[in-house]
Amino acid sequence: MTSEDNQTNESSVDTRHGCILYVENVTVSFDGFKALNDLNLYIDDGELRCIIGPNGAGKTTMMDVITGKTRPDEGTVFFGQSMDLTQMTEYEIAHAGIGRKFQKPTVFKNHSVYENLELALHADKGIWTSLLKRLNADQKIMIEGALETIGLVEQKNIRAGLLAHGQTQWLEIGMLLVQDPRLLLIDEPVAGMTHQETEQTAELLSSLAGKHSVVVVEHEMDFIRSIANRVTVLHEGRVLAEGSMEDVQNDPKVVEVYLGS
Amino acid sequence: MIKQILELHSFRGWFFTFGLLFAAIFLLPVLNIFISEESFFHIPDYMFPLLGKYLCYAIVALAVDLIWGYTGILSLGHGVFFSIGGYAMGMYLMRSIGTEGVYKSELPDFMVFLDWKELPWYWYGFDYFSFTLLVIFLLPGLFAFTFGYFAFRSRIKGVYFAIITQAMTYALMLLFFRNNTGFGGNNGLTDFKRILGYSLQDSSTKMGLFVITVLVLFLSYVLSRYIVKSKLGRVLTAIRDVENRVMFSGYNTLNYKLFIWTVSAFLCGLAGALYVPQVGIINPSEMQPANSIEMAIWVAVGGRGTLVGAILGAGLVNVAKSWFTVAAPDYWLYFLGFLFIVVTLFLPKGFIGIFDRFIPKNSNRDVTND
Repeated sequence: MTSEDNQTNESSVDTRHGCILYVENVTVSFDGFKALNDLNLYIDDGELRCIIGPNGAGKTTMMDVITGKTRPDEGTVFFGQSMDLTQMTEYEIAHAGIGRKFQKPTVFKNHSVYENLELALHADKGIWTSLLKRLNADQKIMIEGALETIGLVEQKNIRAGLLAHGQTQWLEIGMLLVQDPRLLLIDEPVAGMTHQETEQTAELLSSLAGKHSVVVVEHEMDFIRSIANRVTVLHEGRVLAEGSMEDVQNDPKVVEVYLGS
Repeated sequence: MIKQILELHSFRGWFFTFGLLFAAIFLLPVLNIFISEESFFHIPDYMFPLLGKYLCYAIVALAVDLIWGYTGILSLGHGVFFSIGGYAMGMYLMRSIGTEGVYKSELPDFMVFLDWKELPWYWYGFDYFSFTLLVIFLLPGLFAFTFGYFAFRSRIKGVYFAIITQAMTYALMLLFFRNNTGFGGNNGLTDFKRILGYSLQDSSTKMGLFVITVLVLFLSYVLSRYIVKSKLGRVLTAIRDVENRVMFSGYNTLNYKLFIWTVSAFLCGLAGALYVPQVGIINPSEMQPANSIEMAIWVAVGGRGTLVGAILGAGLVNVAKSWFTVAAPDYWLYFLGFLFIVVTLFLPKGFIGIFDRFIPKNSNRDVTND
């Protein structure tokens, strides 16, 4: 119960080489099935990257490996040049500055919208601070700001469990915003959203790139076309193709995989 | 800090709390001392240890509510922490008997009976109240911390955790049943004479112990309320609801679980220590698996995750138990089972949930962050 593990590690993310995430030769197998097979992926600092691929391509497993939920059998995952994510626990990775949005929206249903943001807020997350300290003015401003960005100002005292599906997705994105991570991993952000909500989400994610690096896993092609400059196609646990949306779409290998499946 | 404590309740809430506190520590003693015994309003002497016992159970219920109601970790082994506190106090009370036991020996009676010649080393220190107090304050928490560290680090959850807590209490019960363990075997510790020089038979001592129990319950309640109203409390309920999300938000949930588990055991230990001088005995049956299960039932009956509900549940179930075990002793366990089923089916929020229905939604849901 020391407070040292609550210190912010963000400043120590070493991105001098322009890269924030290095996934190298990663293999994960479940009972012989290789969910990831010698995967190599590099994410630039401030980049917005989309990852697509058919079912079972290893997209979610890749996220699990980066966030510490699953340990790779082989390979290395580095955050910046110096932080070895395979040696860190989930909460340490989160604290180092990697935020994750799940495929199924997970918010704290019994807490109000405001409390959800408070819990996610980038702050000292040790027990004594949580017990004794209250939100300071800066933190309140940050939460209010996030409420505005995600358009839930009026709903701030409502139980999160009562929000509509789209609002829940947005709340989760808001929670990532206040967590202020260097790298955001977003799993299917527009699943189940209306057309208008999808557009708004695309705008929001595009505005985040630059300040944060964003990795989005998504199936919705229109959505990807509207936000991505670089797309990575995963297939059978490895990278099949990488490049602009146009290049990728015209790549014969990609066409084969998508038509074949 | 003081401002934060005052904000724990609305004016009305504090008014009720202090009203009850006042009634318990002034009104009841006054009704005992100054009202003649024939009067309907007279509180007889025997009521104080009885009420004191219920209040000890109420403290236990608070402890169980913190870990189960708020954090979602079902413990069916809180009888252990209660007993550790109880045995520590019991050992002090045994040493306070001096040479007035049946065998007129320096040693506790059961040791003479077992033909032991000297005091085992782990009884040293219990001649002193200050040392005993230290043990009561530290040992239950320390034991819980160690147990919890290994259990939570291995990410044991849900029903598996509940089962190992049952195993823990059962194992310790067996250990304490042995005469050789040195805590009086199945008879436990009893025949206490005095505490801090005051005779346990005196009505003033009984009243004093009762008042102390009321105060400890009050402080336990304020502490619990402070915890659950802080951000830490919100982290705990978040762990209960989706622990993964809490971890991915950067919280070390192990520390949080360990903290509340230890606090819970600490409160339970205090309750045990207050229970023993008022009830006059502590024996290994307090560690029966069924006893710890009953503690969880109190909280379920009163209403989980509300604190007040836990206190209410402990009171209701135990008053019913006192009545039943006299009127129809064979049927008590059936009734308890029946009550548990009825509450689970029809009152998922416990008895406290009944009040919620009559109070408008916005007044009991206090959003703490404006």
